[in-house]
Amino acid sequence: MTREEILKLSAYELSQKIREQKVSSFDAVSAVFKNIDEHESNVHAYLSFWKEEALQKAKECDEIVASTPDVSGLPPLFGVPVAVKDNLLLSGKKATCGSRMLSDYIAPFTATCVEKLLSAGAIVIGKTNMDEFGMGSSTEHSYFGATLHPMDPTRVPGGSSGGSAAAVSYGGAFAALGTDTGGSIRQPASFCGLVGLRPTYGSVSRHGLVAFSSSMDVAGPITRGTRDAAWLFNNVTGADPKDQTSAGVPKVELSEMESYSVSGKRIGIPKELLSDGNISGQLQKAADFFTSHGALVEVFDMPVLEYAVAIYYILSSAEATANLARYDGVRFGYRAGGAPEISELYTKTRTEGFGREVKRRILLGNYVLSTEHFNDCYRQAERARKLVCRAFSEAFSKYDFLICPTSSDVAPLLGTIDQDPLSTYIADLCTVPASLAGIPAVSVPFGKQMSRDGSCELPWGLQILGPRCGEQEILGAARFVERGGEDRV
Amino acid sequence: MCEYETVIGLEVHVELKTRSKIFCSCPTTFGAPPNAHICEVCAGLPGALPRLNKKVLDYAIMTVLALDGEVTRQSRFDRKNYFYPDLPKGYQISQLYAPIGTGGFMEIEEPQKRIRIHELHMEDDAGKLIHDEGSGMTKIDYSRCGVPLLEIVTEPDFRSADEVVAFLEKLRTMLKSLGVSDCKMQEGSLRADVNLSVRKAGDTELGTRTEMKNLSSFRAVAKAIRYEANRQWKVLCAGGSIDRETRRWDEEKEVSLSMRKKEDATEYRYFPEPDLPVLFISDENIDEIRSILPELPDQKRIRYIEQMHLPPYDAGILTSSPEISALFEKTAEMCGDPKEASNWIMGEFMKILNDTSTLPENISMRQESLGEIILLLKEGKVSRASAKTLLQAAFAEGAVPSEYAEAHDLWQISDPDILGKAIDEVLEKNPKALGEFLEGKTKNFQFLLGQAMRATSGKADPTSLSSLLSSKLEDFRQK
Repeated sequence: MTREEILKLSAYELSQKIREQKVSSFDAVSAVFKNIDEHESNVHAYLSFWKEEALQKAKECDEIVASTPDVSGLPPLFGVPVAVKDNLLLSGKKATCGSRMLSDYIAPFTATCVEKLLSAGAIVIGKTNMDEFGMGSSTEHSYFGATLHPMDPTRVPGGSSGGSAAAVSYGGAFAALGTDTGGSIRQPASFCGLVGLRPTYGSVSRHGLVAFSSSMDVAGPITRGTRDAAWLFNNVTGADPKDQTSAGVPKVELSEMESYSVSGKRIGIPKELLSDGNISGQLQKAADFFTSHGALVEVFDMPVLEYAVAIYYILSSAEATANLARYDGVRFGYRAGGAPEISELYTKTRTEGFGREVKRRILLGNYVLSTEHFNDCYRQAERARKLVCRAFSEAFSKYDFLICPTSSDVAPLLGTIDQDPLSTYIADLCTVPASLAGIPAVSVPFGKQMSRDGSCELPWGLQILGPRCGEQEILGAARFVERGGEDRV
Repeated sequence: MCEYETVIGLEVHVELKTRSKIFCSCPTTFGAPPNAHICEVCAGLPGALPRLNKKVLDYAIMTVLALDGEVTRQSRFDRKNYFYPDLPKGYQISQLYAPIGTGGFMEIEEPQKRIRIHELHMEDDAGKLIHDEGSGMTKIDYSRCGVPLLEIVTEPDFRSADEVVAFLEKLRTMLKSLGVSDCKMQEGSLRADVNLSVRKAGDTELGTRTEMKNLSSFRAVAKAIRYEANRQWKVLCAGGSIDRETRRWDEEKEVSLSMRKKEDATEYRYFPEPDLPVLFISDENIDEIRSILPELPDQKRIRYIEQMHLPPYDAGILTSSPEISALFEKTAEMCGDPKEASNWIMGEFMKILNDTSTLPENISMRQESLGEIILLLKEGKVSRASAKTLLQAAFAEGAVPSEYAEAHDLWQISDPDILGKAIDEVLEKNPKALGEFLEGKTKNFQFLLGQAMRATSGKADPTSLSSLLSSKLEDFRQK
């Protein structure tokens, strides 16, 4: 196969071709690195990658395939090159989290989800760029420079898993792992025309995921198609004794996904997630699509979602404040010079080591946890979060799944996001509800929409939300959208 | 100066004696080389998550039950946030909103009083800073990080240093009996912080309190309380006011010094720990733990009084440490005579402990030794004096009583032939004393007995010797 033909394969298809010896892992890895060579200087999707090591691994894979009489015994992702977000640890490799604070930090152990990918036979080729510690939605908040949109270098790829999305988008990896706290997998997937799955909270171990907001962080796949997303999810999920908040969830049956139909399904659209309360644009088309295939689509009220963004920022910042306290210059990571006293060392290290957005969240978190504001901020948000969970339970007693836009916008221009933090936070309205409730949600490409400045059409993502452990349902629906409806027989 | 009253509450930190730490599998061994026992979890590296050691929870529940407290059915951990170099995560995982236990009490005897428990909570210990005077540098040992702590908070029910010490001694005995802690103050496995205020006798409102830290022995606790109460009262009498502050006890100078004022104290910004799930504790869990609770010192004390008929005072002493009560029970069982066992422990054994300044937990003597000695004594094989020698030897060198008696020729002579021969010789050598005795000078009996005892180098069984001498003298009288 030619390089172009190889790059058109999905990760799943590639894995089949490798074991059938129709494509070598070596050629696949080479193809990916050819793209990295071509695009990386413009896009900057990766913070680090290791070409020689990856090629060497690919060679070994090919040798094993060639010498194995029964390839069905080989692990599922055998020889498939994938990328991993920089906040997921891989032992012996840098894990900067996009921060100056960890610019030289080498991970001493491997994250469970990365370990699972490795034991599934995947070749991890590099670590992808991200907003510092996952805080941001444009990947502009990386100490090492922004990642640019692979289709339009004047735009952002979304974030915080923007590096993972960009790499998969330009063919710099066949699939990638990102992490999602308030939308960091779904939103960049949406901007880059990819599938991004935020799995049920706890279904993927957080061991080795550098914490931002512990009660919402979850790792998940960013892929070119729904089948790859489900397949990758199946290979990283599972209860882990190293993460007591993890729990086993059912894996997704890929064949059931293929035969899934929306006919007879009840689909809800929370009114509070619509701009000015009306369905329009791509969402209208999506609703029409489902209706035309025999589903019942209706808009319903979820009043508590009006507070979702506030709840999210209060709780996630509070948790982040504590999670980032360990970066103090004492034991590892960046340490400021010229600070003989300990309090001075803390202040200087954290002033110099953290970027603006991180500092903003730390301040916010400390504010909501202070004695003065704890009850009216943190406690209220904690209660309201329970109401969000209850509202979703009620919604899923009526609807099989919910739909809404992944983002209120398509990929915006560089430098436009940070001008007004508050309106940036509000842009997370559609992604944070699933984070608060711990439910799974997937963003699947659904056509294009005109950019806000009116200059071009860009990918638009439809978000599908399901109940806890509802990955089968939402990925089935996403696959149905991807296929463009029922197969005509 | 008018009369004043001291009001004291305690925060007791107890290191739980689990093999591994509270949130990881590192060993809790005391005295390891610096930073020998750390991993990504207890050293707070990015990406590491805590996982609760179930033994810690079991020990905490045992303690709550032993103190008659209420076990919280949905207990949770919280993060207590502050920056300090010995705290690698930048927060301590503790319990504020739903501690494992609330309420409960412990009775102290002198004076008879009930001390109420406010709450008990689990938390992880911090590391240790070692200030190197020479270089002016500070080194950090993180090995203690994550050692499980149980904090026991009392109500302000104490009115004197003696009450506090009585409580601490009893608490230590209880925790050691439960097997949940070593309670070694010198090694820091039992640490007590003292909250103290004073008020005019008869007042009902509490005064402003200070918190005192760095108390490394019960003696230091008592001294610090007396010092601090006196200090506060002097300030108040001079028209001053007490600052709400944390103070440090300086053991050498025997003074308390201000560490930090409460106003500039850290705000801890507590919030629920999202990395650890809520602990749901069922009736079955509690019943199971209750069923394995060992007999507590108070229960033992009552059993000694009611079933073994010991005086309450003896029973109190014998249950003051688990090592002593274990020795007592073994000894009583072996010799079948609880009163005799108690007498030996209360008398001779306690004297040895005092003379050698040995703490009960450091006793290395075989538990069977004292029982064996009492049996030898009862069988007339050794004299009371030799029995004491045997106990000394068993205590100091771990000697086996019968072997030691053999080796040091301590066996008592009760063979009538040998004793008779010795008496005959004495009577032969002392015709004057014998004559006087026969004429009615009965006190010469004691002299003759002493001479006969000397003739056996003191090894004669005094009872046998005495009765044999009587019968021989009777023979003379008959003649």
